[in-house]
Amino acid sequence: MSPRAACRLSMLGFTQVYDYVPGKVDWLARNQPVEGTDADTTTIGRHLRHEVTTARPEEPISQVRARVARSAHRFALVTTADGTLLGRLRAAALDDTDPTRAVSQVMEAGPSTLRPHEPAAAIKDRLVDKGLTYAIVADPDGRLLGTVHLADL
Amino acid sequence: MSSIDYPQLRRLLDDGAQLVEVLPAGEYTEMHLPGAVNIPLKALDAAATTALDRDRPVIVYCWDGL
Repeated sequence: MSPRAACRLSMLGFTQVYDYVPGKVDWLARNQPVEGTDADTTTIGRHLRHEVTTARPEEPISQVRARVARSAHRFALVTTADGTLLGRLRAAALDDTDPTRAVSQVMEAGPSTLRPHEPAAAIKDRLVDKGLTYAIVADPDGRLLGTVHLADL
Repeated sequence: MSSIDYPQLRRLLDDGAQLVEVLPAGEYTEMHLPGAVNIPLKALDAAATTALDRDRPVIVYCWDGL
């Protein structure tokens, strides 16, 4: 729809016309503010926890294990320097692995993620149905935004 | 006319671009980007665009570009 609108504006004589092709869903998925009657709908983006422990792929497990031990959660998320989510280290991997091994050799690659604009009520039901206590939230570029926890929904 | 992604959108907004949502009025009323005006595609004609500033960039968007 927007490509046609952009063409129409050009035909009407507008010379600086841009089409934000990813559209409103992309904006919402990036947890950006909106206006309107439904703007206050509770989404998981409103319940994000940002204190999750992260690790770099080249780090030894021993370093990550120490950080996780000091944190509120029993896992770490593996990211690049720019925040792109690469994997997850569960407690079992941290506890039962040679501490000199690199994170990238041990991590669970490509964990499932949610987008922050998803309705909190629906995600709560999904977590309960699957027996999960938290989910990872990322933006459309794959960058880690945080985690959302069943206890917060 | 140029297609843009999110980083380009932010830069254009910082430079004073105008946002136009081309979805039907009901969808705009429920939720739209801050500061956007609504000109549904079916109503997009010369009369509907008189309030737009021709000297500033205009960014159109819908739900997902389709």
